Amino acid sequence: MNKFKAFISNDKNQKFLIPFIAVLSGFLVGVFILLITRENPIDIFRAILRAVFGIDLNKIGTGKAVFNPRYVGEYFVYAMPIILTGLSIAFAFRTGLFNIGSEGQVMVGSFASVLAGIYLDFPVFIHLPLVIISGALAGAIWGFVPGLLKAKFNVHEVVVGIMMNYSALHITNYFLRNLKGSDNVKTAMLPVTATLNSEFLSSITNKSRLHWGFIIVIISVFIFWFIIEKTTFGYELRSVGFNKNASKYAGMKVDRNTVLSMMISGAFSGLAGTIIAIGTFGYGRVLPGFENYGFDGIAVALLGGNTGLGSVFGGLLLGSLKAAQPIMQTMNIPRDIAIIIVSFIILFIAMQNGIKMILKKLGGAK
Amino acid sequence: MEYVIEMLGITKEFPGIKANDNVTLQVEKGEIHALLGENGAGKSTLMSVLFGLYQPEAGIIKVRGQEVAISNPNIANKHGIGMVHQHFKLVENFTVTENIILGIEPMKSFSRVDTQKAAKKVLEISEKYGLSVDPNAKIEDISVGMQQRVEILKMLYRNAEILIFDEPTAVLTPQEIHELMGIMKELTNEGKSIVLITHKLKEIKLVANHCTVLRRGKYIGTVNVHETTENQMAEMMVGREVSFKVDKNEANIGDVVLSIQNLSVKNSRGLHAVKNLNLDFRAGEITCVAGIEGNGQTELVEAIVGLRKIESGKIFFKGTEIQNLNIRERTLCGIGHIPEDRHKYGLVLDFTLEENFILQTYFKEPYSKKGTLQVEEVRKYSEQLINEFDVRSGKGSVTEARSMSGGNQQKAIIARELERSPILLIAAQPTRGLDVGAIEYIHKRLVDERNKGKAVLLMSFEMEEVLNLADSIAVMYEGEVVGKVHANQTNENELGLMMSGSTRKEGELNE
Repeated sequence: MNKFKAFISNDKNQKFLIPFIAVLSGFLVGVFILLITRENPIDIFRAILRAVFGIDLNKIGTGKAVFNPRYVGEYFVYAMPIILTGLSIAFAFRTGLFNIGSEGQVMVGSFASVLAGIYLDFPVFIHLPLVIISGALAGAIWGFVPGLLKAKFNVHEVVVGIMMNYSALHITNYFLRNLKGSDNVKTAMLPVTATLNSEFLSSITNKSRLHWGFIIVIISVFIFWFIIEKTTFGYELRSVGFNKNASKYAGMKVDRNTVLSMMISGAFSGLAGTIIAIGTFGYGRVLPGFENYGFDGIAVALLGGNTGLGSVFGGLLLGSLKAAQPIMQTMNIPRDIAIIIVSFIILFIAMQNGIKMILKKLGGAK
Repeated sequence: MEYVIEMLGITKEFPGIKANDNVTLQVEKGEIHALLGENGAGKSTLMSVLFGLYQPEAGIIKVRGQEVAISNPNIANKHGIGMVHQHFKLVENFTVTENIILGIEPMKSFSRVDTQKAAKKVLEISEKYGLSVDPNAKIEDISVGMQQRVEILKMLYRNAEILIFDEPTAVLTPQEIHELMGIMKELTNEGKSIVLITHKLKEIKLVANHCTVLRRGKYIGTVNVHETTENQMAEMMVGREVSFKVDKNEANIGDVVLSIQNLSVKNSRGLHAVKNLNLDFRAGEITCVAGIEGNGQTELVEAIVGLRKIESGKIFFKGTEIQNLNIRERTLCGIGHIPEDRHKYGLVLDFTLEENFILQTYFKEPYSKKGTLQVEEVRKYSEQLINEFDVRSGKGSVTEARSMSGGNQQKAIIARELERSPILLIAAQPTRGLDVGAIEYIHKRLVDERNKGKAVLLMSFEMEEVLNLADSIAVMYEGEVVGKVHANQTNENELGLMMSGSTRKEGELNE
């Protein structure tokens, strides 16, 4: 018992205990709501199990294949972009900024990659990197605008970010419709040299849309960690994020760092757009509205405590609930229950000081 | 003797530290009882226990002889215990009365607040204790001293019998301190009891009856103030003999290091804060820029280090103009700066101690190689500074700066700035809010720098510090230097007259 008390009141353990408790509580609320609406709460876990691991418990004993790897592949397809937007938002948070413009950066990233994919013609080892870099660059440019306005005129980045989201939606839609070979809802298929599609990955996951984008995700997580934790540049960015005045006193270029922060953050979001366009779909889509990749990123960053690896876990968790939604519908559970669970998890994360207090009390501290 | 408050054998532990270790505090009715101790000695913890913010691991609290359990501030209030916090808890755009009645508003019909009735009562109390506060003034319009009186009124309005003052004089001007002392005496004459948390011995000597001393969480003793000297109390507090006089030999004055010529600087409101100022600072000498707060000293220092743009004039550092260089370039030339506001400029509070140590040098070898931080080098450097400057903290190099005591935060800044061995050290208010032990240490370090042949610019508002530490003194009044004198050829009176702009005395230095 004493060991347990020491365990839960240790600051280091609380770093992962708190998200864990938040997630658990979020699910408990979901179960509770299903209970009072007279649904079977086990079903959401079945749905998630099927979405994440491809195992369909209902099929046990029916003679049909219980395991379908296609679901696993699709799960990663859901999770990868929100890990990237999570990184994007976490990066901005760590440097004292709120990049709510992630949504727009995703869209321009998609657009730029599609553009480079359709109009350039190179062998794959040149074309593909160009397409990926275009996406990151477009996201960075979209992040540059709120960063610059913040640095030069102290305009709040949230206001500018939201405006940039709408601008991105309508501007990219206009151009996407007018690319060569586009119709009203999508562009022409991208040439093979510009996609991340993989026969191999698709074949081992029973024809899912799983693509090489996960390599981009892994590299991005590494870059995030390296910049923030290891470099002097990251040290500067964090310093500016915590205390502008002291950073100025120490001779750092506060304005420049603010702009760079937003650009790097934007680049991560741009990459999310890239892998959606050239990985998941293989063509550019004309969107009727926001797809919430950016907003999901906020939740992912919060869940992950604004760290690189944390964003991966956050993205995988949120991705599991997203991927489970269509399955839940086929099982006649309203998909909104997944949204409710996510919302409550975020709510509990936001209440982390309260959880910390309870843990301390339980741990015996008075 | 009847005690109004008794705290017996209080022990309060935090992870890794015993903030209070078997501490006893006994306050008589109608007395002013000083609670003395260095920063981090456990004064605030003890008072937080009394006020119900913390629960002690051991010990009992008695109020008027009755043992009580105080589990939250509301219970403390019920027992008539009120606290005047160091940082006021007031609503800026409310009136005095509105602030005072917040939470216990008197009502009239239809749940309307009866402000008039309250204002009348506030005025009554204010007059009774000679506080002379206007009940209808807005907080944002009144001085800091007045705001503090509102905090006192808040307690009296709630019928507090025992008032805790948490370092009340830290934010006040000398005049306001004088008035506050009067108010405190008045309060005790009316039968209130006061606990005064402070580390200013002069004030204790002036008003307190008894003084309880804490050192590193331990109870050292309680003395009758009238029978004890300041030196004895200081010794109890620090644990060794403390010298108030700064030991220093004759200055070995060298060349001019910093020369300011016809400098004009505007303050944040766009008014001229420094007007056409000329001043030289020499190697091997502590030059003090003295004056009453708000006469342009802050702006002058900010202009020298590059935090503030200048309007006109020139700043020469070792013969080269630096007024157009950026902050980093000036730092690298050899200017060290202990900033006036250590939380705003001096430290990144959310960084660890070691991260703060490299705030000025993180981009240089060996701390950075090819753009990556060299964690081991940083740790090594940090350990070295911690040892050399005796910076105390809970977890050493990885302590969050925010969790350190003010004295140790300041030591960390001084360690960082001195270790770069600057040619010119600018120390703006280096001892503000610190206890005698830390002050003594910092003064010694500044004198050491001077003895090493460095130029030291000391900016201070405290007459005693100015006279003790400086070799030469330049007094600023309304943005101009109104007097330059040698420290050993002047006195408090003369300085005071110059600071208030009554007399001028120039041309003795820098002839």
